Amino acid sequence: MDAPASLPPSAAPPRHRWWNDEHFRGILYQVLLLAGVTGLGWFLVSNTLANLGARHIATGFGFLDREAAFGISEHVIDYTPTDSYFRALLVGLLNTVQVSLIGIVLATLLGVVIGIARLSSNWLVARLATVYVEALRNVPLLLQLFLWYALITEGLPRAREALNLFDAVFLSNRGLRIPALVWDGRAIAVVAAAVVGVIGSWMLARWSRRRMERTGHYFPVLRGSLGLIFGLPLLVFLVGGASLDFDVPHLAGFNFAGGSNLTPELAALLIGLTVYTAAFIAEIVRGGILAVSWGQSEAAMALGLSRMQVLRLVVLPQSLRVIIPPLTSQYLNLTKNSTLAVAIGYPDLVSVANTAINQTGQAVEGVSIIMGVYLAIGLALSLLMNWYNKRIALRGGGR
Amino acid sequence: MASTTRSGLLGEPIAWAKRNLFNTPANSVFSLAALWLLWKTIPPLVSWALIKATWTGDPAACRAAGGACWAFVTEKYRLILFGIYPFEEQWRPLLAVLLFIAMMLVTANPRFWKRWLSWMWLGGLAVVGVLMWGGVLGLAQVPNERWGGLPLTLILSTAGIVLSFPLAVLLALGRRSKLPAVRAGCVAYIELWRGVPLVSVLFMASIMFPLFLPEGFTIDKLLRAQLGIILFTSAYIAETIRGGLQAIPRGQYEAADALGLSYWRKMRLVILPQALRLVIPPLVGQFITTFKDTSLVIIIGLYDLLSSTKVALSDPQWRSFYAEGYIVAALIYFVFTFFMSRYSQYLERRLNTGVRRG
Repeated sequence: MDAPASLPPSAAPPRHRWWNDEHFRGILYQVLLLAGVTGLGWFLVSNTLANLGARHIATGFGFLDREAAFGISEHVIDYTPTDSYFRALLVGLLNTVQVSLIGIVLATLLGVVIGIARLSSNWLVARLATVYVEALRNVPLLLQLFLWYALITEGLPRAREALNLFDAVFLSNRGLRIPALVWDGRAIAVVAAAVVGVIGSWMLARWSRRRMERTGHYFPVLRGSLGLIFGLPLLVFLVGGASLDFDVPHLAGFNFAGGSNLTPELAALLIGLTVYTAAFIAEIVRGGILAVSWGQSEAAMALGLSRMQVLRLVVLPQSLRVIIPPLTSQYLNLTKNSTLAVAIGYPDLVSVANTAINQTGQAVEGVSIIMGVYLAIGLALSLLMNWYNKRIALRGGGR
Repeated sequence: MASTTRSGLLGEPIAWAKRNLFNTPANSVFSLAALWLLWKTIPPLVSWALIKATWTGDPAACRAAGGACWAFVTEKYRLILFGIYPFEEQWRPLLAVLLFIAMMLVTANPRFWKRWLSWMWLGGLAVVGVLMWGGVLGLAQVPNERWGGLPLTLILSTAGIVLSFPLAVLLALGRRSKLPAVRAGCVAYIELWRGVPLVSVLFMASIMFPLFLPEGFTIDKLLRAQLGIILFTSAYIAETIRGGLQAIPRGQYEAADALGLSYWRKMRLVILPQALRLVIPPLVGQFITTFKDTSLVIIIGLYDLLSSTKVALSDPQWRSFYAEGYIVAALIYFVFTFFMSRYSQYLERRLNTGVRRG
């Protein structure tokens, strides 16, 4: 491809020596690099094996089957200290996934709102959004997490003096307690109806877009969807006797019993990750909207669309193409930042793996598991977002 | 749309408010909501932070006053800023911090973007090392377990950027190399570090690096963390530099080839000087990220600015004034990062190159 970097032309043809040959040099460099990497790898591995041998630590992942013998405060699936290290790590992984998914959803919502607010024609709203972005993204996330955690555990009242709403929702330094739904037939039916409503409204949106493209008639999708998502469960609820059983939390000793609990650790982590990442997402959204040329908005307004319609129908679909790639890396950042959980005591994957390493001494295996899992999560998320990116790019038509 | 009614002294502000706050019904609602929010937050905040605040004294005085307890900061600022560095030697870390700030100011001026700048940073880091370590020139030796606070944060982040830079340049060039093994190696290195969280890298540095070394060799915790940060940061900087390399027009490469320059001379004399200029704004951004990220070293037990704040707060007397402690630490971080980000925006406008990656 490139012109060969040889000597400038002169009267006598340059003497071509084999060690000056580009092809040969290429191979030589690569062999040297491979030899260097292999040598370094061998040096590190042999040292590690020798050191592990001296400390009588067996290598390999056999420890995963052994009993973990430590408790984990929060678990999505059943877990007791008699379970294996593998199950403990799985619990940690599920906690990571849980906090990342919720965080991504909340950060996206907040970020989009703030990004749009930064571009608002309302001076005050735009200023407030700017202050939010500058304040949040210029302070380390870990510091913010510490502050949130301290605010919750030290700033909120003790369980006995909990802030309480209708004697059912309690906010204290033990976290947020809310009534939990008891899973009987009626509850399942209502939730199923809500799921049907969501699917139905998605199909409705598709149908209405097709119809609009075909006939030009606009169907009020929003009202229809709201009716489906809220009306359908309400109907099922009324038919089922208009009652559901809740497990309402109550004070027992120094803490609450019953209901479901949002622990201070999870709450601090979620709030911290959400408000921090939202500041970055807001900037991405703002950039994406600004990337759509002003003529597009003018044309849409000339067609008589309202400001909201211009944003929703014309600007956002186009800016999504600019927004999605950097948004993907923010999602990945949020997932990676969830590892800071270890600093405030939320049992995420890193925190559990760290405990496992301290108990077993299997440092190499533990760190490899953490890194492997994060690489896999990163790959999966990138693939998903790339697929979505391709989809919206196609729908927008060729450029 | 804007109806400017000029009546009396208030005419101007009222017209402005009509134009910018109450131009549509929706905007009026938003404005009122925002004003209500400000009304609910700003006066209590001012009262807490300034009016009822205690500036000197003991915790009892703070509790009596009921406002912010800045007395905590006046009492502990040396601990927060310099960690557990020997008290009577703390002029040394102070000097180190001032040196860092001076070097940043020099670097900020595009007039000084010459080759000697990198030597200045290397030399500056060496001077900082001598100042902190001591043991020569009549300075008492201070083992690095006692380093802490702002100087440690600055050392970790600056050395993290400066020392990872040469490696990053090689990686960026390698990733664009025609040689498959070189390219694959660089891609693997870059994607591996970019795919894992910094926490796991620090864990690796703190518990696996000792295993990597032959029997009898040890490296201390600070150096291990620094190495981890360098390895991690180099991958990110490599990607930034690659963006710059891609932005250089093909003609530049072809012209250098036509002159018969060898690969390394082509890069050193033609391509890199242009590419590196382009990536200075994103590099500042990377520095901000690294500066904030060094706070994670608390997890492996080093005493940077955030950790030393936490240590100061662990005093049971002052425990309940965590908000004041964290706010002050946040302000210190903010001053550095805010000005750096403003500076990078200014540069982008000035160079008019918000480096677009392909």
